Amino acid sequence: MTLTTDHSRAVADGAHTHGVGGKPQGSRAERRTSFSLEDIPVPNGREEEWRFSPADRLQPLFQADLGSSGVTVQVTPAPEVKVETVARDDARLGTAGKPGDRTAVTAWNAFEQATVVTIPAEAVASEVTSVRLEGVSKDATAAHVLVRAERHSEAVVVLDHAGVGTLAETVEIVVEDGAHLTVVSVQDWADGAVHASSHRARLGRDAKLKHVVVTFGGDVVRVTPDAEFTAEGGDVEMVGLYFADTDQHQEHRLFVDHAVPECKSRVTYKGALQGSGAHTVWVGDVLIRANAENTDTYELNRNLVLSDGARADSVPNLEIQTGEIAGAGHASATGRFDDEQLFYLESRGISETEARRLVVRGFFAELIHEIGVPSVEERLLASIEAELEKSMSVITGAPAA
Amino acid sequence: MPTLEIRDLHVSVETKEGPKPILRGVDLTIASGETHAIMGPNGSGKSTLASALAGHPKYTVTSGTATLDGEDLLSMKVDERARAGLFLAMQYPVEVAGVSVANFLRTAKTALDGTAPALRTWGKEVKGAMENLRMDPVFAERSVNEGFSGGEKKRHEILQMELFKPRFAILDETDSGLDVDALRIVSEGVNRAKENTDIGILLITHYTRILRYIKPDFVHVFVDGKIAEEGGSELADRLEEEGYDKYVGANKTVSA
Repeated sequence: MTLTTDHSRAVADGAHTHGVGGKPQGSRAERRTSFSLEDIPVPNGREEEWRFSPADRLQPLFQADLGSSGVTVQVTPAPEVKVETVARDDARLGTAGKPGDRTAVTAWNAFEQATVVTIPAEAVASEVTSVRLEGVSKDATAAHVLVRAERHSEAVVVLDHAGVGTLAETVEIVVEDGAHLTVVSVQDWADGAVHASSHRARLGRDAKLKHVVVTFGGDVVRVTPDAEFTAEGGDVEMVGLYFADTDQHQEHRLFVDHAVPECKSRVTYKGALQGSGAHTVWVGDVLIRANAENTDTYELNRNLVLSDGARADSVPNLEIQTGEIAGAGHASATGRFDDEQLFYLESRGISETEARRLVVRGFFAELIHEIGVPSVEERLLASIEAELEKSMSVITGAPAA
Repeated sequence: MPTLEIRDLHVSVETKEGPKPILRGVDLTIASGETHAIMGPNGSGKSTLASALAGHPKYTVTSGTATLDGEDLLSMKVDERARAGLFLAMQYPVEVAGVSVANFLRTAKTALDGTAPALRTWGKEVKGAMENLRMDPVFAERSVNEGFSGGEKKRHEILQMELFKPRFAILDETDSGLDVDALRIVSEGVNRAKENTDIGILLITHYTRILRYIKPDFVHVFVDGKIAEEGGSELADRLEEEGYDKYVGANKTVSA
């Protein structure tokens, strides 16, 4: 079965939502955000933002008493880039929006020190800046990273998550006027890791952010990137790629807040699932506020279900409060291998296993080439090969779709 | 001499109402170097014959045999049939997003031959074959069939036939939807393959137009799931003048 929605050019019809078991929600503009633990209590799992999530497995991260020892942070900066470790009262922290859910608020309240990566004004980073977060124990831990691209700077920052950790994380991203920043966050945890990460990005005038999320490993990974435009000319491109295996839960919930006119957003997330109990969730909220004239937005999610027993939820929400927009649309499709595609490849002598590999590689290839960071692209292609390597027995063992 | 031999082949297709018989006893023998044209009205089962021989999962062989050089084709998987020397130029080639033509051709050639083709000679061979079919070199970097025009898709099918060098090729309505120029280019490709190898060809078509460029040794008229009449290329000329009415009418009378 293939589920598809396509509203290439949506219109101002208020809230617009899809998804199996979808229920109407209030405007995204009314969702509570706060720095205070009291304002965002431990969820019961029925809330809109938690309804797809395994709340039991996330319990350790709902608690207020997160430690700071479970994950180490190591930064290898480009020569032009400045790195600091600062106390939680540093005035630069907390400027990219407030927490919007329980793990975001526990992360904010528990971190002891933050890592601040600054690309100075006008600087153009000559190399990739690497931030490596390594899980060293299963103690529930909070971490905070701030990436600041000062005005007219350019840089690529890659965050890597590896090891076994139980982590509630905040990644603040501030892109000042005219800056061009690429942030890549790779979740390639070992088995057993539980990770909730709130990415909050704020863009200035003519600022450009490419935000890339790649999730392969870990038991539960839940990433919630928010992007807010604060001045005209902002441009955000959000790209995501995920590959869920047996019993993995991978959730990506995005929110793009078109709060000002003349901004552009593009969201493209693609995922593959294999093995029983593999579950992916993609929710893409786009809000075009009443004064956000000439907004141009499009979001796309595609899922490829490679075996029985895997489940992909895909819910695009487009909320348009003004008719004066340049373009707004979304598309979502979840499907299995296409028998005709496999037949075509096999009829050229290519074995069934190799044909399936070709199709999956092809599914991700275009997206990977959009990332624009060669070292990252090569790594991702290698990771996909590794996923396919360990999984082909699962795939070919499954009955034909 | 290698032959593709089809004996009393019966094939059904799965439908919501259960299996529906399409082929009702096809007999056909194609020897290497021969070109056979199968002509017939829409819905007569011509394309089913092509797909069933290639092993499309939608079709079930209910009885009969098909052998390639004595080997039982029907017991082979789809890819094994290709490796045994069978090629199907499809009527509706399928898009494969993110897989470049160059990568696809190399992967298929490697699978067919059992070893990867020598890098340098293969590159030249692909380039030359594309030039012959008037395909722009940028084609090699495009995703397989994605955004191809009808004519480009068919040229890409014939490109594969020339590069893979199968022993038998089934061309399933390769001529449909082509303008005169494209038809000529595609036909030249088929004739090159005939000159350069000892390929046996089963050319399935609704129209006689392509037979002006590719001369068949034998023509078979396909009606209601089996061959109704056989002859030389003169049979095609007669069909050109008379059409299929005679066969379709006769069939209706019989089943009435």
